[in-house]
This record gives sequence, C-alpha cells and structure tokens, in this order.
Amino acid sequence: MSGQSQFTSQLKRYYSLYTGGVIGFIVLLSILEQMGVPNQTLGYIFLGVTVSLYAGIGILSKTSDVSEYYVAGRRIPALFNGMATAADWMSAASFIGLAGTLYISGYDGLAFVMGWTGGYCLVALFLAPYLRKFGQYTVPDFLGARYGGDGPRMIGVFAAILCSFTYVIAQIYGLGLIVSRFTGLDFGVGVFVGLGSILFCSFLGGMRAVTWTQVSQYVILIVAYMIPVIWLSVKHTGNPVPQIAYGYVLEQVTAREQVLNDAQTPEGAREAEVRAILKQRQSESEAKLRALAAGGEDYLAAERAQLEAKVAALIGRQAGDDEIAGAQLALVEFPADVVAARNLWRAEVETNRLKSSPIPAHAEPYAGPDDETRDNKRKNFLALVFCLMVGTAALPHILMRFYTTTSVKEARLSVFWSLLFISLLYLTAPALAVLAKYDVYTLLVGSSFSELPSWVSAWASVDKALMNVSDINKDGIVQLAEVTIGGDLIVLATPEIAGLPYVVTALVAAGGLAAALSTADGLMLTIANALSHDVYYKMIDPKAPTGRRLAISKGLLLVVAVCAAYVTSLKPGDILFMVGAAFSLAGSAFFPALVLGIFWKRANKIGAIAGMISGLSVCMIYMYITYPFFGVNTPLWWDINPISAGIFGIPVGFVGVIIGSVLSRPPAAKVQALVDYVRYPNMAGDESRGVS
Amino acid sequence: MQASERHQRYWRSNLRMTGVLLVIWFVATFVVSWFARELQTLTVLGFPFSFFMAAQGALLIYLLLVGYYAWRMGKLDKRYGVGEDA
Repeated sequence: MSGQSQFTSQLKRYYSLYTGGVIGFIVLLSILEQMGVPNQTLGYIFLGVTVSLYAGIGILSKTSDVSEYYVAGRRIPALFNGMATAADWMSAASFIGLAGTLYISGYDGLAFVMGWTGGYCLVALFLAPYLRKFGQYTVPDFLGARYGGDGPRMIGVFAAILCSFTYVIAQIYGLGLIVSRFTGLDFGVGVFVGLGSILFCSFLGGMRAVTWTQVSQYVILIVAYMIPVIWLSVKHTGNPVPQIAYGYVLEQVTAREQVLNDAQTPEGAREAEVRAILKQRQSESEAKLRALAAGGEDYLAAERAQLEAKVAALIGRQAGDDEIAGAQLALVEFPADVVAARNLWRAEVETNRLKSSPIPAHAEPYAGPDDETRDNKRKNFLALVFCLMVGTAALPHILMRFYTTTSVKEARLSVFWSLLFISLLYLTAPALAVLAKYDVYTLLVGSSFSELPSWVSAWASVDKALMNVSDINKDGIVQLAEVTIGGDLIVLATPEIAGLPYVVTALVAAGGLAAALSTADGLMLTIANALSHDVYYKMIDPKAPTGRRLAISKGLLLVVAVCAAYVTSLKPGDILFMVGAAFSLAGSAFFPALVLGIFWKRANKIGAIAGMISGLSVCMIYMYITYPFFGVNTPLWWDINPISAGIFGIPVGFVGVIIGSVLSRPPAAKVQALVDYVRYPNMAGDESRGVS
Repeated sequence: MQASERHQRYWRSNLRMTGVLLVIWFVATFVVSWFARELQTLTVLGFPFSFFMAAQGALLIYLLLVGYYAWRMGKLDKRYGVGEDA
C-alpha cells in the first residue's frame, strides 16, 4: 500500500509541476504577443505544443503489458481517475456547444447540464463499485461472464461499437472544425492532424497512455474554460466567482428583455419595427412556397427569368455598380431546382419566424404561447434529462474507466472526483451564457453600426451562420432582432467579447481541442478493445498469446480511426443529435442488463438477450422513423423528439430482461456466486477466484 | 462461497441507502423540473428558484449524494467486515 501512496504523491508532484508549466507557457506566449508576434503564429505554437505534449505522454507511457494496456495496471488513484474521467466525459459538445445552447435556449438548455451530471449518481449507486470488483477489462466482459455464452457479449460488442462510433464521429467533426478555424488548414487536413495525435496516445500505450494524457488534457481544458469567464465576471460584477455573481447579471438580463419586448419604450419600439419587417419577409417566403407548391418548376423558371431581366435592365440603364452587383448576386444565389428552393424558403420562414417573435425570457422554464406548447416542452425536457442520465451510466468508455482504480473504495471515491471535476465546467457554462447575453443585450444592442465592436466583424467574416448583423430597418443602430448569433460562437468568441488578448483565444481553441481529443481517445480505445478483447480473444482465439492480442488491438485502432475519419469527411447530420443519439442507444442497450445483472440474481441469459435486443431495437426504430434525416417522418409518439428515443427503449429493455428471465430457467449457482462476488468488496474465498 | 448472515445484512443496508439516495436524486431532478413553472417565482441568491435548481442546485445535490455514498459505504464495509483491507 505504501508503494501506492508514494506513487500518488509522485503523481501529485508531477501534475502540479505540469499545471505550473502550462500557466508559465501561457504567460510566455502573452509576452510574445506583446512583442508583436502575429496571431496566426501564436495559434500554431499553441496547437503544436499541446498536441506534441499529448503525443509525448503517449510515447512515455508505451506498454506491452496486457493489464497496463487495457486497464492502466489498475493503480490509478481516485483523484486522477476522476480527472481522466472528466476529460473523457467532456467532449467538444460540452466545451464549445453547451454554453451556446444555453445562450440560445435559456432554461430549456439546462436539460443538458442536469442530464450530463446527474447520470453520475446512477454510475455511483448502480455500477462503478460493482464493475470494479468484477475487475475484468471491458463492459461486454461483464455481460459475457454474468450471463454466460457469447450471445450477450456479442450484442454488447455491437452496442458498444454502435454508440461509441456515433459519438466519435461528433468528436472528430469538432476537431476538424477547431483545427481548421485556428490554423487556416483545410477541414480534411485538420481531421487528420487531430487523428494522428489521438493515435499516438492510444496506439502505443492503450489505457495507460490515454489516462495520463487525459489528466493533462483536463488541466488545459478547465483552465481554458475558466479564464475568460472569470474575466467577464470581474468586468461586469467585480466578483471573480462567476457561478455566484451571475444571479445579479441574470436579473439585469431579465430586465433588459422586458424593455426590449415592450413597444412603449423607445428601444422596444425600434425592436418592434425590425420585427414587423422580418414578419413581412416571413410572409413573402411563405407566399413563394405556396406558389412553388402550385407552379413547381415553371414558377421557378419564371422567377429566374424575372431576375435575369432585372439584371439586364439595370445594365441597360447603366445603374450604379452596387445595384448591378446586388441583382447579379441574387441571380447567382437563386435556388437551382425545386427541392433546393423549397429547403431554402422553408429555412427562411423558420428563421424569420423565430427572429420576429418576442425575445423568450432566459430564466423562464418551458416558455411558450399556450399550455400545449409549454406541456410539450416540459415533457421533452424531462425525457431528455432521463435519457442523458441513463446514457451516462451506460456509455462503455466511461464505465471502463472505473476498472482502472486500485480498489472498490477508490472506485466509489473516484465517481465523486469525476463529478466534481465535471461540475466545475457545468456550473460555469450557464454563467458564461448569461454573461455573454448581458454583453450582447447591453453593449451590442443600441450601439451604432459605424462603430461595431471588432469581434463582431471578425467573426462575421469567418462564418455568417456564427455571427451576422445587418441594419434591417436602416436606422444605423443595432437592434437585437438584427443580430444572428450561432451557438458555437459563444465559447470561442468570449475572450474577444471580454477584450482579452489573442493568447486567450488560442488557449480556448487548445482547450476545445483537448476536450475533443480526450473523448475521442477514450472512444476509439473502447471500440478497438471491444473488437480485440471481446471478439478476437474471448470468442475467436482464447489461446492467443498476449503479444498478438495487443498487436491486433493496435491494428484495429488504426482501422477504426480511418473509418471514423472517412465517415466524418461525409459530414453527416447535426452534432448535437448524434451525441444525444449515442446516449439513448447506450442507455437502452446496456443499462437494464447491467443493473439487473448486479441487483437481481434471477436475471439470466435469455432475459439479457431479450432485453438488450428489444431495448436497442425500439430505440433505433424510433430514431429511424422520426428523425427527418432518414426521410420516413412518422408522427411522433406522445410528441417525444427522436433525440430522446431512449425514453421508450430503456423501459422496454427492463421489461425484456424481466420477462425473458422469468420465462426461462434461473441462472446456474456459479453465476449466482459471481453476483455475490461483485456485491461485496471483500468476501472470504475471493482469493481463490484469482481476480487481481 | 455462500454469503453469510453478516453479508446479507450489509447488502440490505446498502440497498436501503441506495433506495433513499435514489429518491432524493429523483425529487431533485424530475419533481422539481416538473413544477419548474410554478416554482420560478421563488428566489434564491438572486436566481429564480427553478433556474437555480437546474443550473446549480441539482448539481450540488448530486455531488453530495455521490460523496455521501462513498463515505457511508466505506463505513459499512468496515462495520460488516467486508472492506478490502478487512
């Protein structure tokens, strides 16, 4: 035991030095910035140094020992496993997307905050200590041993790959986005640079390397997230603890919302004026849609001809260059066919409808014009929270981390540390959303178009979907309804909104990169391990020598990486949906079989197979028939959105396990003994099982 | 190896505690969110109550829950002599 405590204190020393080093590095770079080093170079240095740091840790932790490779030798102290789990957990979606979602949807976005933290209660109460006691290598391992036979293990492998792969695509997508935006590299190149560094970490050292890089990634991501928010908080409230201070700012924001929504005030009147124009545009687009439905291709051709005639007329009477260019642009942007036209105009109707309605109150739960909308929102909020929580307690790459602690006691503690480190970010994100909103509502709204803050024009030039301001009512003053802000902007632009030096912007990019890399690391390792350990070693060749097992795992890692990069390059769908889908899928497939496997001795193989297949199928079918991407578009069941498909899949999974088990023979005495084995941290006779 | 009487008592205490903590978890998450519109007129630390609960309160309760469970289970391990260092 003293060896372990020496190891822990050594780790504490290393990582304190490391954290100091990170801060020193940031200071050094800000000095370089003051000396006039260009921003682009600073961005390159930042990304280059951090990525090579992770790769360096990967090389230092290379291993060819099975236990080190799969579970980091089971000697990770609770505190460090907590940090690694937190980094594993917080993905690009949490780091970049969460504050933006909260900015846009206010209270309703908090479903993600609660869902992504409350799930750890389920991990702590139902899974972590028992899986640690079981003490093998993967989640399908537990299913295989508890239920016997290859059936449950195989379904486990399939589900683990399905949800991890869905999730990893979202990470790699985020990775490509960050690298390409901050270095100017092409999206595809960005994907491969990021992927290369992931491979370096997990390829050589498996779980051991991934753990130590994740700890260092956590440090970078949390520092990067906190600095700009603390700065903003000091600026607006004089209080350096944003989580406490933003209550006051929220009051201001709410007061501001009321002013802007009240047409009696001068500012509210101007907002109303802009909204009226937007309402007008909405009905124009609706009229075009109706005409398109009636006239089809002919209508489109007639409209195009009209635009062409207009351009010709303008050129004919030698109008101003601006006017001609405008007309030509309209012609170029005119939709090519009926489908494109329909999509474009539908999107126009939707954006104009949103922007022409009054500002929803940030703190109001389930805001809506009538009781039906409000009830609907509440139902979906609760369903989403439920799916995210249960999914948290079922995602294999998270559960796997609890195999790496030294003992059951440490596993329990480690859930606490994980949740603490995760909460640091999740308590801050709502504060960031409110602080950023305050800045936009007070500083941007009401300012003059001739002197917009520099970050507005900088981001507007990057991407119109992220930031767009146009003087709709031509009064030269910015109204809120004239501002379009994309969710992803909030975190990335906060340093500029707060007026911080460029170094902090680069730091935030590095933080986002760390978040995406650490999650992708864990996920790819999960997929490769499921294939090499569960499929190859446990099912195909149980006598395989360790060398070959690890070689196969490493080879598969490469294959998985290439597949993931390929699928990402097709740019499928919406990131938030993919992440949410992974949770619903994992929850439906794993949670019932895992929990009943521990808490109900009667659960048996038939039950597990029935439960996992039925839960997963219901979940997949519901997503398939309702998510617009697949084009089936069946009406929703009880108005539940496809992202929360787990609300149907999870109960069906439980019922499946119970019915299947009751209808068939109870499991063998040996299996019941295994259940006892995992329930008690220590039992006489444990040693004879030889599980280390 | 059959679980002894002592082990069964340990397991029952564990189940009881798990049940109680789960109820707290459920109330803090789902019951409070269900009544969010009714509760928003209350104010805590300058926040509307339901916003505070979803953004901070629930998270702090989860942390306490998980921390208490780890601490209490450590005690139970010792009392029933099923701890790893027993």
